[in-house]
Amino acid sequence: MPKLTIDGIEIEVEPGTSILQACEQLGIEIPRFCYHERLSVPANCRMCLVEMERAPKPVASCAMPCGDGMVVKTNSETVLKARKGVMEFLLINHPLDCPICDQGGECDLQDQAMAYGFDRGRYLENKRAVQDKYMGPVIKTIMTRCIHCTRCVRFINEVAGVPDVGAVNRGEHMEITTFVEKAIGSELSGNLADVCPVGALTHKPYAFTARPWELRKTETIDVLDAVGCNIRVDTRGSEVMRVLPRVNDDINEEWLSDKSRYAYDGLKRQRLDRPYVRKNGKLVPVGWHEAFSAVAAKLKGLPGNRVAAISGDLADVEAQFALKELLGRLGSANLDCRQDGARFDTSVRAGYLFNSGIAGIEKADVILLVGTNPRWEGTLVNARIRKRYLAGNVKIALIGEQKDLTYPYAHIGTGPEVLQQLSDGSHAFSETLRNAKNPLMIVGMGAFQRADGLAVQAAARIVGEVYGMFRDDWAGFNVLHTAAGRVGGIEAGFLPGEGGRDIHGILDGASKGEIDFVYLLGADEIDTAKLGKAFVVYQGHHGDAGAHRADVILPGAAYTEKNAVYVNTEGRPQLARLATFPPGEAREDWKIVRALSEAVGATLPYDTQTQLRQRLMAANPIFAAVGQTTPAAWAPFGAQGPVDAAPFVSPVANFYMTDPISRASVTMANCTEALVGPAQERTGTHG
Amino acid sequence: MLRDEDRIFTNLYGFQDFGLDAARKRGDWDNTAAILQNGREWIIEQVKESGLRGRGGAGFSTGMKWSFMPKNVVDKPVYLVINADEGEPGTCKDRDILRHDPHKLIEGCLIAGFAIGASACYIYIRGEFYNEGSNVQRAIDEAYAAGLIGKNACGTGYSYDVYIHRGAGAYICGEETALIESIEGKKGQPRNKPPFPAQAGLYSCPTTVNNVESIAVVPTILRRGAGWFAGIGRPKNTGTKLFCISGHVNKPCNVEEEMGIPLKELIERHAGGVRGGWDNLLAVIPGGSSVPLMPKETCDTVLMDFDSLRDVRSGLGTAAVIVMDKSTDVVKAIARLSSFYAHESCGQCTPCREGTGWMSRIMQRMVTGNARVEEIDLLLQVTKQIEGHTICALGDAAAWPIQGLFRHFRPEVERRIQAYRNAAPLAAE
Amino acid sequence: MSAPASDHGHQHGHEPTSFAFTQENLELAKRIIAKYPEGKQASACMPLLDVAQRQNGGWLPRVAMDAVADLLGMPRIRVYEVATFYTMYNKNPVGKHHIQVCTTTPCWLRGSDDIVHACKNKLGIGLGETTADGQFTLGEVECSGACVNAPVVQIGDDYYEDVAPEHIDGIVEALKRGETPKPGSQIGRRSSEPVGGPTTLAAFTTTQADD
Repeated sequence: MPKLTIDGIEIEVEPGTSILQACEQLGIEIPRFCYHERLSVPANCRMCLVEMERAPKPVASCAMPCGDGMVVKTNSETVLKARKGVMEFLLINHPLDCPICDQGGECDLQDQAMAYGFDRGRYLENKRAVQDKYMGPVIKTIMTRCIHCTRCVRFINEVAGVPDVGAVNRGEHMEITTFVEKAIGSELSGNLADVCPVGALTHKPYAFTARPWELRKTETIDVLDAVGCNIRVDTRGSEVMRVLPRVNDDINEEWLSDKSRYAYDGLKRQRLDRPYVRKNGKLVPVGWHEAFSAVAAKLKGLPGNRVAAISGDLADVEAQFALKELLGRLGSANLDCRQDGARFDTSVRAGYLFNSGIAGIEKADVILLVGTNPRWEGTLVNARIRKRYLAGNVKIALIGEQKDLTYPYAHIGTGPEVLQQLSDGSHAFSETLRNAKNPLMIVGMGAFQRADGLAVQAAARIVGEVYGMFRDDWAGFNVLHTAAGRVGGIEAGFLPGEGGRDIHGILDGASKGEIDFVYLLGADEIDTAKLGKAFVVYQGHHGDAGAHRADVILPGAAYTEKNAVYVNTEGRPQLARLATFPPGEAREDWKIVRALSEAVGATLPYDTQTQLRQRLMAANPIFAAVGQTTPAAWAPFGAQGPVDAAPFVSPVANFYMTDPISRASVTMANCTEALVGPAQERTGTHG
Repeated sequence: MLRDEDRIFTNLYGFQDFGLDAARKRGDWDNTAAILQNGREWIIEQVKESGLRGRGGAGFSTGMKWSFMPKNVVDKPVYLVINADEGEPGTCKDRDILRHDPHKLIEGCLIAGFAIGASACYIYIRGEFYNEGSNVQRAIDEAYAAGLIGKNACGTGYSYDVYIHRGAGAYICGEETALIESIEGKKGQPRNKPPFPAQAGLYSCPTTVNNVESIAVVPTILRRGAGWFAGIGRPKNTGTKLFCISGHVNKPCNVEEEMGIPLKELIERHAGGVRGGWDNLLAVIPGGSSVPLMPKETCDTVLMDFDSLRDVRSGLGTAAVIVMDKSTDVVKAIARLSSFYAHESCGQCTPCREGTGWMSRIMQRMVTGNARVEEIDLLLQVTKQIEGHTICALGDAAAWPIQGLFRHFRPEVERRIQAYRNAAPLAAE
Repeated sequence: MSAPASDHGHQHGHEPTSFAFTQENLELAKRIIAKYPEGKQASACMPLLDVAQRQNGGWLPRVAMDAVADLLGMPRIRVYEVATFYTMYNKNPVGKHHIQVCTTTPCWLRGSDDIVHACKNKLGIGLGETTADGQFTLGEVECSGACVNAPVVQIGDDYYEDVAPEHIDGIVEALKRGETPKPGSQIGRRSSEPVGGPTTLAAFTTTQADD
């Protein structure tokens, strides 16, 4: 452990710590542009220079490892002069367009110029002008502002793994560009604007719409996949102006996918902002009372076994819990949160969770992907796999569809029979798994959305058992969900009760006339034709598939408009927070269910969300640990049986449009246009 | 004056064939095995004792550099890389070794590679030296065919490959880590140090990078003895040196001379004197474009070695003597160097990328006097803002010629500015 | 001073749509790649760009860069970075004879301005331009590294040294006739020795003086 002195303070640091990091530990601020803690260190901006005893010239603190006995000064005259000099160089060719720059107010260059800049320019020559580049539908470029820190190049090469950006030419003609001016083929491209310390790369959809100081910032979570990325929603008045990632090293580090970041314009379109009742075949706007009365009238006298409920991908825990309780009071056990029709055993938590945790991927030495395209099903999970790949000494294999996952892998088969060959050791990859210290398996919904899902789940479990993925010191069996509402629904018990029907039974019953009433809690990915003649209540926020089929529409709140719990694929409950109020007469979802329960004469026993959550926690203690994962114990799960040789197919056909919000987003439509091949299906996620 | 029998590069001018037979007649490859059989330590010690300092410009002890290489590396290869990316304006000495005496270099490569435990050597030759590179390749082929290099080199059991890698037009690749990047197939952008090449160089393996001349003199040093080499020149500035004398002399030339030869003697004896006589001398850049120029009064007495030139605030650099007589527009001469550095900046680090262009633009205006007197101090401040703040030494190299110019010719620039204002008082505002 | 023509501001009006290495050059590429350790084939990027440029008449269209990238398994942007960094890769078409005058200080002190002027006059084009018949491109380069034989003009792979303005006419005319003018010193020096003969190495500079 090297011991050194910085500004007269002694500090002992881990070997390999840079001087800049040591300064941060001491709370000494070192200005920087090129340095980014999650990217490689080029030390090219030269802003972080510090003085070091016995060094003939100032050293770049970001790249200099701490050594025993070093004496460093960060505030000497030499250092200050060096920083001022670098700052002046950065500014001579930087345009004076701050007043029209979207980075204004949150610009590293602006901020540091306040500390190290001169109050007037001494550069009398013409400033450099650089042609803007096309980087796709979400990144706007104003390349004259570029300070050549190369963070974008490093991000796209290292984190995103899509080497589409580079620095061409040399000297003062050096320019950042994409190859042949093409859209960046990464689902993480929005992060380029985040890592850009100036206004060279900004968010196209946000261009010229707001100033950071006029925005209200709400720390919440993303629900457009099941990863549970931590985000900040910036609003002005009732409008979401932008979505940014928040740091959570367990989940998304500090990155966010383009869908989670830019689909927010979908929140403003196709909204259900008042209740509707279908009259003479047409949906007619009504008041809440009338809507509830229509539902109550239909339910009156209806036996419970003719009533069913399906929850959708974006449904929060409280609403699902309340609806489940309401169904119980109505005598129905017909409910399911697996609208995609996935068949997997929910009786053992270890059987449906991402047990290693997303961060646990970094501890794996063999990774087996089963029936999943993590790049599209959980973009930040995929980024973590890539991070693991970059760290070296890992073997990755895939069973399923071959896709570019941004890292190399062995394609060892396409269907469930490979799992059996692995468990009996007859497959060539068995040897690799046997030699692994921490083998890790990720099973996607592509493995469960099939008739033999339960058997596939059991086959995967046996592979896990054979190769030590269920150990006291290592949980390597993982399920990657695609729906944010799914795990929460399971944990809240939104599943078929004793003798009740699952999703297949419900749809089958409705089409056969055995179910008369179906409650869709934001369920849009089902085949609505199968609802037959059933009376359909749709509670949700977008006029998507479910609302079109509905007899009664109860307008709910999108994830940015309510305080609610979601549980990510790891089984980690997290809080979504209200950033704006739901539009018009729309209401928070649990409240709608609570109000309806009263209207149908089955009043639920809570008047506040706190009361509801207490009851929820009593029902399942995992909800008490917000932000935490509760380890899942192993027990046999799945149902051993014959498997179909058919190949696994990923449920996500178009990354950019997977749910009612992203389907309503113009930005996502643009991304689809630019980045998803025209041959590919552009409709929804599931079935 | 150096005696002919003490000259190492006997085919400097290419009057004889560069091929193996002729090279052998000149003494190259004479029982090289015996040299290797003395062992790595012995070779490094001898080179240290000879006082040989790197001939690429920095003047660091070659033997010392070799001794920094890790010993007993087993898990990865070790490389020797030869810097033949000669491009420092004024410098053309390595070119003569490459085209006329390549076997001296290749033999040196074998011995140096053996001394540092290398398994292979890459000779990085600037792309423009197409024919020179072809000569080296022919010499390499001859050496392989004769069993001098390759498997069981010189019959010693030591296996050693030598390859050439051609550059493609980038002065910065003469910087050792940029050169390594370039061999790896990337842009020639210098790396941060640490790690130094000795720890992590080519392909992240231990690597030594040496200049052509530094390596080509080694076989002769080892044959004639460290004491012989150390006995030439002055203490700490020993041996023979290739000088390139260009510019306003009657007979520009390359010549091998004793280290520490007086500049005046060098120019008068070998380059036919300054055009118009010694008194017509204005200034000399003594070590390639990167070192500050010296006015005539310094040139009268200065000795051509590392320490003497450092003492007069210039440097030996590559020993490329650029002579300027009194007809020279010295401001333009330096301004042209400024635009050279702006053109050759790799662009990765801020002070050099932005500063070299800025300096160049001010310098262009200084040539005509289209500037303000205060801009001289601004320009000097800019040189100070670059100097010492960049990843590699190109920033320093761009700054020093300007500093040298104003150290000695500031009144000339002030005169031009005044004249410009007098001629066009409105335009100057 | 203006930067050499090949540096920046590329236009791609003349971009061909395909490029494929000849069989002979593919063999050459294999030998080049073999010079570098296994897995380090990216090292062959620069030599292969040179091979591609020579095959393509002296310049590198983007499809040729792509071909190099694909052959070496490199991301295309990496090859594009390399091709735009080094000045010897021409991103625009050049004439059959690429005449490049060194104008850095040592050559400038010996009259490179006059050489540039003579070339412009003789060819009727400016720096960075190509004659209408596509025969000649005139450019300016930074230090060629033959300073004691200044001024220096590179034509293709050859150096023409100790050039005076009056030599330009003869050189260009010879090129037009399809001849290769004798490279090296244009005033009869063997190489870098002083005019009139070496001051040193008497024993080594006479034996084969005239071969």
